[in-house]
Amino acid sequence: MLIRWQYVALLVGGGLLGLTGCGKSGGGDTILVGEFASLTGKEATFGTSSHEGTLLAIEELNAAGGVMGKKFELKTEDDQSKAGEPANVVNKLISKDGVIAVLGEVASSRSLEAAPICQQNGIPMISPASTNPKVTETGDYIFRVCFIDPFQGTVMANFATKTLKATKVAVFTDVKSDYSKGLAKFFKEGFTKAGGQIVSELDFNGGDKDFKGQLTAIKTAAPDAVFVPGYYTDVALICIQAKQLGLNVPLFGGDGWESDTLVKIGGDAVEGHYFSTHYASDAASPKVTAFVEAYKKRYNGKVPDAMAALGYDSAKFLADGISRAGSTDGAKLRDALAATKEFDAVTGKMAINAQRDAVKAAVILQVKGGAFKFVETVAP
Amino acid sequence: MEWFFQQLINGLALGSIYALIALGYTMVYGVLRFINFAHSDVLMLGAYAAFFIAPAIQPLVPLPSLTGALLVTLFSALICAGIGILIEFLAYRPLRTRPKLTVLITAIGVSLFIEFTCQHKAVFGADTKPFPTLLPSTDFHLGSLLVSSNDLVVMFVTVLLLVGLWFVVQKTKVGTAMRAVSFNQQAAALMGVNINRIISFTFGLGSALAAVAGILYAMKAPGIEPLMGVQPGIRAFIAAVLGGIGNLPGAALGGLLLGLLETFVGGISGLSSYRDGIAFAILILILLFKPAGLLGKSSVEKV
Amino acid sequence: MPSLFNSQPSTALGGAKRWLVAGILLAVVVSLFSAQFNRYYLGIAIDCGISIILAVSLNLINGHTGQFSLGHAGFMAVGGYSAAKLSLVCSPMVPDSLKPLLFLAALVLGGCVAALIGLGVGIPSLRLKGDYLAIVTLGFGEIIRVVVQNMDSVGAASGLKGIPKYTTLGWTFALAAITIYVVATLVNSTYGRGFIAVNDDEVAASSMGINPVRYKVTAFVIGAFFAGVAGGLYAHHKQFLSPTGFDFLKSIDIVVMVILGGMGRTVGVIIAAIVLTLLPEVLRQFADYRMIIYSLIIIGLMMARPQGLFTTGWKKKGVAAV
Repeated sequence: MLIRWQYVALLVGGGLLGLTGCGKSGGGDTILVGEFASLTGKEATFGTSSHEGTLLAIEELNAAGGVMGKKFELKTEDDQSKAGEPANVVNKLISKDGVIAVLGEVASSRSLEAAPICQQNGIPMISPASTNPKVTETGDYIFRVCFIDPFQGTVMANFATKTLKATKVAVFTDVKSDYSKGLAKFFKEGFTKAGGQIVSELDFNGGDKDFKGQLTAIKTAAPDAVFVPGYYTDVALICIQAKQLGLNVPLFGGDGWESDTLVKIGGDAVEGHYFSTHYASDAASPKVTAFVEAYKKRYNGKVPDAMAALGYDSAKFLADGISRAGSTDGAKLRDALAATKEFDAVTGKMAINAQRDAVKAAVILQVKGGAFKFVETVAP
Repeated sequence: MEWFFQQLINGLALGSIYALIALGYTMVYGVLRFINFAHSDVLMLGAYAAFFIAPAIQPLVPLPSLTGALLVTLFSALICAGIGILIEFLAYRPLRTRPKLTVLITAIGVSLFIEFTCQHKAVFGADTKPFPTLLPSTDFHLGSLLVSSNDLVVMFVTVLLLVGLWFVVQKTKVGTAMRAVSFNQQAAALMGVNINRIISFTFGLGSALAAVAGILYAMKAPGIEPLMGVQPGIRAFIAAVLGGIGNLPGAALGGLLLGLLETFVGGISGLSSYRDGIAFAILILILLFKPAGLLGKSSVEKV
Repeated sequence: MPSLFNSQPSTALGGAKRWLVAGILLAVVVSLFSAQFNRYYLGIAIDCGISIILAVSLNLINGHTGQFSLGHAGFMAVGGYSAAKLSLVCSPMVPDSLKPLLFLAALVLGGCVAALIGLGVGIPSLRLKGDYLAIVTLGFGEIIRVVVQNMDSVGAASGLKGIPKYTTLGWTFALAAITIYVVATLVNSTYGRGFIAVNDDEVAASSMGINPVRYKVTAFVIGAFFAGVAGGLYAHHKQFLSPTGFDFLKSIDIVVMVILGGMGRTVGVIIAAIVLTLLPEVLRQFADYRMIIYSLIIIGLMMARPQGLFTTGWKKKGVAAV
């Protein structure tokens, strides 16, 4: 085949001209907010939840008249749970669509990819559920509304020593997930410091369906309890197989457990196990009840999980920041968000600290009779 | 020692499922000489079919029960056989005379299509759904060893299907035709074998197997989602190659070995995080010494 | 009209050099103006360049030499991580004026480490063919991912962050031009005709005194080198690496580019790399239907133009020679 390279050069030249196309700015009578989430791909379950929460918050805000007389417009992009995509997506939201702030992601690894772009463009980014401490270390434009791994890991370590009175604990980590590895790390630190002993450390890959090999080894180590920092889809199966193998000790984990699905899949196998999370729906404030009701109404009776609540909070937190800043300018918005002393979120009253992380209390729940029952509150 | 036997049981149970899925891969490969990437997605569709059929037949046959489970499995297998035949007819048949790579890429396309379509919220949605209990399950205690009845069912079904499949391929007229098509399509056609019908049959049978495997897999891990087939699919694919692709007992052997290996590796602290990689490492080592797989015949290239 | 893509080797070299010069000139011009480009489009353009390097280098293994590798993402990962680690360690010690040199060193290091792994993967290819080779390369790719996932020195599962942003449009396209040049001249050289001979008929080639083993391994090493370079560019473009980005779906993406472009067709593969990188972006407005459409397009193209989208006809022989 003959290709005249002059033609190719022309073609490339034409393409280059196209490259200079400018993004429209987000002015006008709406406030354009960008969101990136894993709506398809491996972690679509969690991305969809956080997106639904965010969408509900934006709709509520608009129904209440928006902020500064302007309504919100949410521009959502799917990153397919794929590395490499968040950078493209966030670049698009900022440079092409001209959003004033970015909400997202659940997975820390994808938030970490998007964070430098938001930082370089001076656009505030609020992550709903990325718990890795590194996320907000990227720069002063990056915030989050969830608590971080060191806090939650320590909370569970204290819970294991004080409430469960466990001295020997096995840790079962999702090696694919930085969330799980982070929690496991800080749990181990806290627990050994409190005099406990880690008798077995094993790993699984998120998405595995068979855990019996590891659980048999854990059972042989005879722990008092097993720490399973994972997501509910895996945890439910782990609980079932642990029960089958006769591993009859309490299992406990973090906020990744919180979902109706845990009980629906796990059934009586998840009974009696514990996890830490943001709020207790049985001992809840009117705010939580209202959120749960609104969410159920909006999404055909679906009960919100932790990711949905955090997604909801990320949008509400942004709106709060905009109204306090009185502007959608990146730097002003950043200062307003950073100065948050008390924000009444669905997931608890929170303040923003110097590292731009949310400081808030955690609650510990137990699965009882197919529902989550309040056990105790742990202040930050 | 008790630990060892428990792991042996766990490994055999897991391996049986891999073996069952690998049978489907290997059978299609044996006849058509291409890897049907969509096999793992048919497996997922099988589990979803059962998920929707179970509540539908609940008023007629109480669940969990043996008859109920058999009925649900039968219907799901039929549906998946239909889907398999349809996939072959729409996507692979037009490419029959084309290079194998073209078909391979099409298969990947079909696989992605099924996955993304099923993830769409108008179809199944991306969230994990609880799989209904089809069979009453009990746990047997042998001393301190635990055997779940589900695991026994899986092993039993795998052996049954392996023998059944072997019988079909070796002893029946259809099977003879399948082997003829596998050996030389043109010659088989000249001998009066209806190639299209045989290939459709192979796909139907393979997809029905996938449906059974999907249901058994979902019984073991009762949370189903549109990507549930991907991981066991890759493992079964490895198992099929390990045993010598195209070879039925080889697929079963490969599946069992892989299941045992993963279970034992998973139970060792420090190694368990490498579980995904170790299966591949062993595979590579075996293939280096036996390039055609454990039971495969190595072909000599003729000039 | 002398052209690189003419099948006559005698005229090919001149054309190829012209391409190289044109490509590098273009890269220089572009980098002068790139500050004015919209960052989103700029990012996509760099993605295209990286895809071109990946696809052209895989084409040497899969297309020209007729092997079937499903592990290209693994080479990319090795290169990306090595390059990123080097620049992360060294960038505080290097003055700004020498940063381009550091970047170059990082890319070369990434390429060399990947080439070394390529040598390791190439050796099994001596004994394996077709599906077996595919599964072994897929396995290598996965093993690399699992190992990286367990290496705390490169961030393990949480990824490697804070990689300096060195990749520019200029660098990317200059390197893409070099990749195309090297692969095309190699294949069109007297020595390189051996690749095609091995693809066409291994037995006949070896009876003519061509050592298929050497050619196959060479293809793996060179292909892996450029994949490693692409990985380095990717790392300094996205500024963040995580092991999940290099799973086998990434390898499949690159394989699809090669097949769509027409195995062994350099121009076709380049165009396919660009088209397949742009396609998901163009389809972005269809939101949740995007990936469904993408997969349908792959199936449709395979039905309509299995010889590759951008070739004029069937290759004389052996697209089938897998």
